Amino acid sequence: MRPQDMAFPTYREHGVLYCRGIDPIMPLGLFRGVDQGGWDPIEMKFAMYTIVIGAQTLHATGYAMGIAMDGKVGTEDGEAVIAYFGDGASSQGDVNEAFVWSSVFHAPVVFFCQNNQYAISEPLERQTRVPLYQRAHGFGFPGVRVDGNDVLASYAVTRAALDQARVGQGPTLIEAYTYRMGAHTTSDDPTRYRIASEVEAWQAKDPILRVRRFLEQQGLADQSFFGEVDEQARVEAVKLRERVLELPDPAPVTMFDHVFPNGSPEIDEEREQFTAYLSSFAGEVH
Amino acid sequence: MADVTATGGTITYREAVAEGIAREMRRDPTVVCLGEDIGAAEGVFKTTVGLFKEFGPRRVWDTPISEQAIVGAAMGAAMTGIRPVAEIMFSDFLACCWDYLANEIPKVRYMTGGQVTVPLVVRTANGGGLGFGAQHSQAVENWALAVPGLKVVAPSTPADVIGLMAASIRSDDPVVFFEHKGLFASKGPAAPEGHVVPLGAAAVVRPGADVTLVALASTVPVALRAAETVAAEGIDAEVVDLRCLVPLDMHTVLDSVGRTSRLVIVEENPYQGGWGATVASIVADEGFESLDAPVRRVAAACVPLPFADSLEQVVLPTADKVAAEVRRLAAY
Repeated sequence: MRPQDMAFPTYREHGVLYCRGIDPIMPLGLFRGVDQGGWDPIEMKFAMYTIVIGAQTLHATGYAMGIAMDGKVGTEDGEAVIAYFGDGASSQGDVNEAFVWSSVFHAPVVFFCQNNQYAISEPLERQTRVPLYQRAHGFGFPGVRVDGNDVLASYAVTRAALDQARVGQGPTLIEAYTYRMGAHTTSDDPTRYRIASEVEAWQAKDPILRVRRFLEQQGLADQSFFGEVDEQARVEAVKLRERVLELPDPAPVTMFDHVFPNGSPEIDEEREQFTAYLSSFAGEVH
Repeated sequence: MADVTATGGTITYREAVAEGIAREMRRDPTVVCLGEDIGAAEGVFKTTVGLFKEFGPRRVWDTPISEQAIVGAAMGAAMTGIRPVAEIMFSDFLACCWDYLANEIPKVRYMTGGQVTVPLVVRTANGGGLGFGAQHSQAVENWALAVPGLKVVAPSTPADVIGLMAASIRSDDPVVFFEHKGLFASKGPAAPEGHVVPLGAAAVVRPGADVTLVALASTVPVALRAAETVAAEGIDAEVVDLRCLVPLDMHTVLDSVGRTSRLVIVEENPYQGGWGATVASIVADEGFESLDAPVRRVAAACVPLPFADSLEQVVLPTADKVAAEVRRLAAY
């Protein structure tokens, strides 16, 4: 991604968020439930986390149509858009509508499907009978499958697709073939629906380990470099954890903020009544 | 496009839709239209006549038939700083894109801490009375009313269509703009250039002293006919056209009820969960001391709208039904 490119993430795109220069405390504020995230999607060129599965593909398509209309597409320095989603989302109607639209409007959007083979418990066979990248052909644009556990290959394919989009060559579907190592959520128990040997086979393909081995074998980094990186990550994680625990709860009255851009008499009235109600407890601890 | 700018002329409600959009597109180059059949075909209801010819495919997007995509892409496009005016052909089909209207668009502002606005309008042909059956005739303003973050507009006259369209497109809030199918052929005075009707300003369209009738869109002419009927019997009814459900101008309603002390609400949606219940509850809360009679709601029956013309009239509010309620309250 170049600085001018726009990303439309799922709610798990923390890596892309980090690369866009957004403070990782921001999504944690959202997950902790003390605010809504807080980054400026337009300034950071990274849209809000989309909670409803697949909806961001249409936001991305509309955004791509908008920048095309504004003449920001069609040169080497043009703008491009990337939408991230998963294998489960590929079954959603709106994702397929995004494929139709981006195709017929020739929209500068890259669909990046992180196929980790499970939508909670539903395996890939429950989403598709053909490899997902092949679907793009039916919609009229190129689809490519990349080894999603190969960092450099994923980078190369994404870069090429974004460059195609920015010069006006239309959409691409990338299927990054990978595996969900952990549970879907803290309430999910994957041992109920998949076998341990499958997980073990994928452990051997760990993308972080692979890039590390590659750098070592090429002589591009040594032990002290990795030690430094590990230490930096450890310190960063401890700091982040402390910051999360210190996140303040929002003031109750802020629930009325930002419902409408220019305010609203009804909301103003509700806020007024609620403020009066709150102040009726003056002096009490609440 | 019809020449509707001449002062003193009349214009149909249908022409007013296209005229209202065209005026804003001339005024603001960031306004674009999108929807099915709105371009070369000029709209299945002929409400986008002339737009494609005047503004071309760059600003009038003929789209595939996919409601989610129309509204979802409108949201994304709005994030680039343009002002999309998206058409959903029949308001019944808002159900096909409800995720975007209920979960995405109205929450963008809130969930980005006020940093992203999506200034877009979703226009849609709403309501019954034309025999289009249960899936093409519903009055669904109350669906949108149930979602905080949306503004809800439903004009009853051609001039209001133009004035409220201007305000809706200029608004930074997402607006659902209900155009009533049963009113498309109705005529009214043309709106002068630059005509803007602010959102959330109800209009007293017939002053009266005895009973207040609160109406919206198609029920405004129904209420006016009922008022004429009872006038001959010596009952002086005031008719308030709400024009918008969000923002809801309850000051005008409460002021009217303060003078008449009687209230009949006329709404096209089914009684259960209809917008009139919100109006009634606010009057019960804030206008209780003004009332000399129970509040009555004349709404559609709680059934899907029948196909048969004769049955449709049984289900929907009519001037006779309204007049009967007005008489009952006047005698209370």
